[in-house]
Amino acid sequence: MTPLRVLTLLFLLLGVLSASASAIERFPPPEFTQHTLPETAVPVPRAAAWDYIDSVVLLAALAAASYLSLARRSRRGLFVLMLFCLLYFGFWREGCICPIGAVQNVALALFDSGYALPWVALVFFALPLVFSLFFGRSFCGAVCPLGAIQDVVVLRPVSVPRWLQHGLGLLAYVYLGAAVLFAATGSAFIICQYDPFVSFFRLSGSINMLILGACLLLIGMFVARPYCRFLCPYGALLRVVGHLSRWRVTITPTECIQCRLCADSCPFGAIEPATTTQLPAIQASDKKRLGILLALLPVLILGGGFLVSRLSVPFSRMHATVRLAEQVAREQADRTRETTDASDAFRTTGEPLESLYARALAKRRQIGRGAWLLGGFLALVLGCKAIRLAVYRRRSEYQADRGYCLSCGRCYAYCPMDPRNQQAQPIEHGDDT
Amino acid sequence: MSKEKKPFNRRDLLHGGLQGACLLGLGGLSGALLAGGGKAESTVWQIDPYKCVACGNCATYCVLKESAVKCVHAFALCGYCDLCTGYFEPEPAELDTGAENQLCPTGAIQRTYIEDPYYEYTIDEALCIGCGKCVKGCNAFGNGSLFLQVRHDRCLHCNECSIAAACPSQAFRRVPASQPYLLKEADHAG
Repeated sequence: MTPLRVLTLLFLLLGVLSASASAIERFPPPEFTQHTLPETAVPVPRAAAWDYIDSVVLLAALAAASYLSLARRSRRGLFVLMLFCLLYFGFWREGCICPIGAVQNVALALFDSGYALPWVALVFFALPLVFSLFFGRSFCGAVCPLGAIQDVVVLRPVSVPRWLQHGLGLLAYVYLGAAVLFAATGSAFIICQYDPFVSFFRLSGSINMLILGACLLLIGMFVARPYCRFLCPYGALLRVVGHLSRWRVTITPTECIQCRLCADSCPFGAIEPATTTQLPAIQASDKKRLGILLALLPVLILGGGFLVSRLSVPFSRMHATVRLAEQVAREQADRTRETTDASDAFRTTGEPLESLYARALAKRRQIGRGAWLLGGFLALVLGCKAIRLAVYRRRSEYQADRGYCLSCGRCYAYCPMDPRNQQAQPIEHGDDT
Repeated sequence: MSKEKKPFNRRDLLHGGLQGACLLGLGGLSGALLAGGGKAESTVWQIDPYKCVACGNCATYCVLKESAVKCVHAFALCGYCDLCTGYFEPEPAELDTGAENQLCPTGAIQRTYIEDPYYEYTIDEALCIGCGKCVKGCNAFGNGSLFLQVRHDRCLHCNECSIAAACPSQAFRRVPASQPYLLKEADHAG
């Protein structure tokens, strides 16, 4: 074995000598006379046709969901459509691409001119928003696979106290703001990284995400659709747009008799009771409160921006360049520190330290500016929420809140004024009078 | 949805105005993004082999049970060495196909005798787990003809590749779907 060892040592020496020039052919490729070199195999990516098929299915599903929820008023139809979308977008297309994640592609494309937004991401981002401008959140009700997987496990929904529902609902805006910040700065796509259900769709994934998804589904048996109501960043967008929707889910086709059956049937607490007439004294104090809130809003926004901008250093660590610069700086300060794959890879590029530090500093500044905007946005959301709660809105009947209603259609079967529900009565009770 | 005319009030005006503004905003955004994106072709993930450091994350971070990243071989670059540092363990007991001599943990590289003293090394992708051990070996002492690539017959095209998020050398990037591979070329090495 001695000659072999010598040979190996020789190779080692050769390797060290030529380590700096890794692209040099150390051993010239032989020129064969009989032997032909095999080709390197390049399996083709999935057909681009899937982009078109996905877009068409999305459009058709949104149209069907809007028709079923507003015109046909059919919970059964919506449920079948929802199952289809769960199978198609969820288990067949494996949950990618989805409108929730497409928010990040749009954010990245807006702030990074080097990134070309795939048109299918834009379609997935915009179509459900356009539909909810006209028909309410029909996307959430029957098209979204994440909503569908939660909807099928709703077992015994409890009603969440109103204050808790409004409070937890704000989390979605925090998630949305953070996702846009990290996507726009090129740090990470956190919506995709922490998608709780995609590992179910793919039947693979990290154990942490499987546990998170399973926990959400367990909670979802009692608190219906927790991800949709309290976390979903796209849901936060749809909630805002849904407030402006042209048409809405109407619970009763005729006249509301204030029986409250529909409010109890809604697992999402989206149905608001009719309001009592307001006393002039309360009206006056509400007006005053509104005035104070409006005056406070700019202060709130500035304060929010300042508070969140304090977090810009930990935020910036989401970006790989900043992490790398910090690691390299630590290694420079302490030579005995163990190097990482990333810092080793950086050293082989031969880029000067100053250039890396400059890039990291620029990124940190950019994320700092983003943190100001994020803080301002969150304060604005908080202010708008307070204003909305302060403003009295007259309702003469039980109504689905346009923002919170997920167009699931459960309430249709509960309204005693709906002729379809009345027809069922004589058969059940044998009472025809 | 009723046909009868309702008196037009301030709230309706606000509502309609905001709705119109939203539509205009969405339309404007889409138009600007499409105009800015130009071709806006769909993209797929790929590894730049000249940036890859063969750290081994590809084998473990893919969302698939079996990673979509595999080792590929640019035969035109290969030296067809008898002592292949991508195939053999450092200081192998014998220069033969015995498992104890192989670097590859799954025995995915086949060694075929061509002519004296040349051997050809081919990757069995069904066995390869994308750990990059051979890539590291080949890069250290050989021509670097072995390198890692995302195999698009397996890749799910996640919106953000979870290996890319874990890649220490930022070798992952989005490439146009019409040119989905970044292969090492012989002229680059020359």
